[in-house]
Amino acid sequence: MKNPDPTFPSCPTPISRYDRIVMGHGGGGRLTHNLIDDIFIPAFNNSILRQLTDSAVLQVGEQRLAFTTDSYVVHPLFFPGGDIGSLAVNGTVNDLAMSGARPLYLSAGCILEEGLPLEDLKKIVDSMQRAAAAAKVQLVTGDTKVVDRGRGDGIYINTAGIGVIEHDLKIAPSQIQPGDAILLNGDIGRHGVAVMASRAGLSFETTIESDCAPLADLVLKLIDAGVEIHCLRDLTRGGLATALIELAASAQLGMELQEAAIPVREDVSGACEIMGFDPLYVANEGRLVCILPDAAVDQALKIMRAHPQGQGAALIGRVSAVENLRVILKNRIGTRRILDLLSGEQLPRIC
Amino acid sequence: MKYVEEYRDPEAVHKISEEIHRITRGSWNVMEVCGGQTHAIMKYGIEELLPKSITMLHGPGCPVCVTPVELIDKAIAIAAQPGVIFCSFGDMLRVPGTQRDLLAVKASGGDVRMVYSPLDALNIARECPYLQVVFFAIGFETTAPANAMAVYQARQYGIDNFSVLVSQVLIPPAIELLLNAPQTQISAFLAPGHVCSIIGYEAFESIAAQYHTPIVVTGFEPVDILSGILHCIQQLESGRAVVENQYSRAVQRQGNPAALKMMNEVYIVSDRKWRGIGFIPRSGLTLSDKYAAYDAERCFGAVSYSDEVATVCISGTILQGIKKPRDCPAFGNTCTPENPLGATMVSSEGACAAYYAYAAHM
Repeated sequence: MKNPDPTFPSCPTPISRYDRIVMGHGGGGRLTHNLIDDIFIPAFNNSILRQLTDSAVLQVGEQRLAFTTDSYVVHPLFFPGGDIGSLAVNGTVNDLAMSGARPLYLSAGCILEEGLPLEDLKKIVDSMQRAAAAAKVQLVTGDTKVVDRGRGDGIYINTAGIGVIEHDLKIAPSQIQPGDAILLNGDIGRHGVAVMASRAGLSFETTIESDCAPLADLVLKLIDAGVEIHCLRDLTRGGLATALIELAASAQLGMELQEAAIPVREDVSGACEIMGFDPLYVANEGRLVCILPDAAVDQALKIMRAHPQGQGAALIGRVSAVENLRVILKNRIGTRRILDLLSGEQLPRIC
Repeated sequence: MKYVEEYRDPEAVHKISEEIHRITRGSWNVMEVCGGQTHAIMKYGIEELLPKSITMLHGPGCPVCVTPVELIDKAIAIAAQPGVIFCSFGDMLRVPGTQRDLLAVKASGGDVRMVYSPLDALNIARECPYLQVVFFAIGFETTAPANAMAVYQARQYGIDNFSVLVSQVLIPPAIELLLNAPQTQISAFLAPGHVCSIIGYEAFESIAAQYHTPIVVTGFEPVDILSGILHCIQQLESGRAVVENQYSRAVQRQGNPAALKMMNEVYIVSDRKWRGIGFIPRSGLTLSDKYAAYDAERCFGAVSYSDEVATVCISGTILQGIKKPRDCPAFGNTCTPENPLGATMVSSEGACAAYYAYAAHM
């Protein structure tokens, strides 16, 4: 930060380059992008990785496979509506589903901290099995390691997953077209609020439950019905706004969203007001956006609304025809606001 | 959500907007002082609803932006010490000192914790009697009573491992300074509703009269802000200059007596340096002698402020309403949202970032 240049502004610009990892690198915003672009992509540079989709799509002989991995470090381990086990299964299942794959097999690597009660581990593993059964996947290989007390957070879980792609659609940001409709499968922000509210240090009681759920069945129902899906993205850390900003950037297109059409439960928006968060940037674990041609909207909404994971589905906006890479939110009062990536973590404001 | 939705009601918003358009004859510069209001103006695109002849100036009311770098460096130095738990409100963690920010201290092994309330920091001190717990007591009059309460309770309960690094600033002296600036272009002020819920608005009455400038105590929702602007324009168009209270659901003329009593118990008024502006006499608060034992500067050494006022910092002049983002030579050239040089370009809701976006695309 030291800058001898006298014309350098003395106002406080947030640091965007750190020489070691800060929590913001895991937030899914600009710092995470820096990490991927500066460290990982140059090291493993290949055409599949460079697509940066939720799962890699691999051509193996005649078969197209989807392959993905994700690590789960959520704290607390148990939260209203789920736990680290159900999250570790559903998160990876959902990443596979976003390429239109039928998820088949998962692996699980557990890093256990000395002192974790066996009863908790049993509860987590049972929860993983229930989630796997519900998502129709099998957990077929795994690994366990134990670290000293104080060097883990009870348990960290990594899961990887494989699925098969049984259709000819190419579901990717590159398929997004100007004029496409943007569908969302339900209300946003519940997972993030449920976890934050149950964290120590926040004497804040809610009955808000995480939306943690598998999305593969919903996606496959759409595909089986012949809905022409251009792109899918599940909304995890960084929330709806981050997912759409990333898609708009990959597709080199803009988007315009209608705030009034985006479902947010009243208790979630109330909790966000109090904690100083914007629901658009709060994490979800059972939500996706589906981008498709206008002609397919009615059919897709009908299928989504008839499915348990899509009852609150809504048309929330459109891809802009103009070459405008911004994601713009049309407010309820008719004015417009630009949505941008957060720099790091979403931090509560002082005033 | 009751008490919120009615102040975001599209119909009410458009009615007030139309009334502002109907009555506006002259060209007026209205400054919202508070960062929370700037945030809302950007978030809700309020400027789209105003006539072109009304310009919103964005004031110095962001406590994060005006905290001097020397104080942030001090916070970083304290937080890096072993045996210290350093507690702060969230958005202060990312503000850089000359070398690094508090998040980087945390990444290097410092015990830096985000708290929602100074009383949470006091509880940590209670639970960790062998560690020094320091709270970064920053903010305007809004945060001062709760911060004072933490110090008051520390003394009452004899929690001696708790101290506060104080950077409390006051709004009325800053408004006077802005009005005294020879280049001032401010026609009227939206006074910050949260600050006024503590101090009331008596202090603004003499300022409105002396500088013949309307001041309207204003809330934070779209209906609030537009009504505040409407009140300002009504006064300006009729040549009046008084204090009006748009935010009467939260603000009374005499403020909050219990909060003021707590502030007076713990703090005394002192000179303070504002980042981007310089020293303003009697513009801040410092712990009184009775509570000096809880002053982190006493435990960890005093902050030494440099005398120089801001360097060539356009955001300083933007904060004073003298310049607009487009007046900056770096704006849109070397300074963009992707490569921001100043705080106001960093957030999509910052003044410069919003100007950049609107100029380029709308």
